[in-house]
Amino acid sequence: MIDEPFATGSTLFHKRDPKIKIIGTTAISMVLALCTSIPVAATGCIITAILLSFSRPNFKLLSRRLIQVNIFTLFIWITLPLTYGKGETIQLSFLNIHLDGIRMAALISLKTNGILFCFLALLATSSTSSLGHGLEKLGVPRKLSFLFLFTYRQLFVIHQEYLRLQRAAKLRGFTPNNSLHTYQTYSHLFGMTLVKSWNRGERIHQAMILRGFNGRLIPLTQPQPGKADYYFLFVMLLISLFLAGLSFVSVSQ
Amino acid sequence: MNTNPPLLELRNLTYSYPGQKGSLLQNINFTISKERIGFIGPNGSGKTTLFQIIMGLLQVDEGEILLHGTTIETDKDLFTLRKKLGFLFQNSDDQLFSPTVLEDVAFGPLNHGATPAEARNISIQTLEKLGLKGFEDRITHRLSGGEKKLVALATILSMKPEMLLLDEPSNNLDPATRERLIKILRSQDLPHIIISHDLDFLASTCAQLYTIQDQQLIRCKAKQIHSHEHIHPYGDQPHQHGT
Repeated sequence: MIDEPFATGSTLFHKRDPKIKIIGTTAISMVLALCTSIPVAATGCIITAILLSFSRPNFKLLSRRLIQVNIFTLFIWITLPLTYGKGETIQLSFLNIHLDGIRMAALISLKTNGILFCFLALLATSSTSSLGHGLEKLGVPRKLSFLFLFTYRQLFVIHQEYLRLQRAAKLRGFTPNNSLHTYQTYSHLFGMTLVKSWNRGERIHQAMILRGFNGRLIPLTQPQPGKADYYFLFVMLLISLFLAGLSFVSVSQ
Repeated sequence: MNTNPPLLELRNLTYSYPGQKGSLLQNINFTISKERIGFIGPNGSGKTTLFQIIMGLLQVDEGEILLHGTTIETDKDLFTLRKKLGFLFQNSDDQLFSPTVLEDVAFGPLNHGATPAEARNISIQTLEKLGLKGFEDRITHRLSGGEKKLVALATILSMKPEMLLLDEPSNNLDPATRERLIKILRSQDLPHIIISHDLDFLASTCAQLYTIQDQQLIRCKAKQIHSHEHIHPYGDQPHQHGT
């Protein structure tokens, strides 16, 4: 099973209805993604970081996620200052560093982390399956939400098949090294994983059909948003409106 | 004379694998109403295929399947047939796909129109009946092999079927779970067909035996007294064998 380490908990954020959280995340991350000024992105990043702290994530896991994502922004910091922009430059021995590039890299990093905080605070605190059902309830076409739910399930099946084959190879003395044999073995493992998970998927589909499945997954628990959920939604929308307004102010200045 | 049509009737079924010469099953005729039947026969003789044909997972070349005297033709007929006949897969991993046991057991009832509350109740009752109380929130893929088999059985029983089709149910079960399964099957007031190579298991759960030979389904003769050599631990101590 793919772990959902952030989804277990009992904070204010965990208890909220997934539908509400999906709307809130969409609103905030949309504004953050579209904003063009560093102060707005920085404010957004701080606000979402505060939201995240309310959901009380496991610090070790959180920092691991942050590092994973920021490896990508690191590449941006390496490339953009050298290549982006036409304005002022700073001469650093033989390197020409563009100030525009640095600004752009900072903006992208702030946006990336802000959206990441927002997703971790709001979406990661729900289980993937409840998010899938939430999407369907919000009017996302049934086929798409079904695809979402089953891609998630199937990823796990594929992973399991792969581990099983890898174990079989290991038990027969396979140690990977830089040789044709290794690459051949890996290509076989990869091919067999696909074939086997395809077959397995087909058998699971049969099992579902036999139990009356007709294209619609009916969740066993159907949460109804309560008063607290609507207050929560109001606050989230307020935050996104505030950020949107802030970007207008900073543009007009 | 029984005037009611049989629960399930197979008429002149012929099936061959697509793209292969010769048929796997030829002109099969078979009826079952209340019987408890065992299917034996070598691997690849078509036992599982026959189950898949009955459940409408495979298309036959010729012949028809009747449920309570009506031929299965439309998708709606198939939907009904699949509710009334519960098919337990050989591999429970293929049958369990929901994260938790309760969700999996409730899947069938929900699809057949039960409300979430009803489905939850039916599932909890079914689990209790099988001695799986407290398993509701367990993660399906972390169960042991024996537990998986029993949960898979629960996912079928929760649909309240009229008959069970069990494909090698006693495979890879430890003696205690095997015994538990026998007890469950004997206490169910349901007809069943069991595919198995485990003759002792069949003897304790079925009254009649059929085998597939030369593409035909043949009823085996009633039990004959015979003896054979066998070996098992503590065989030198006085002991009894299952009936």
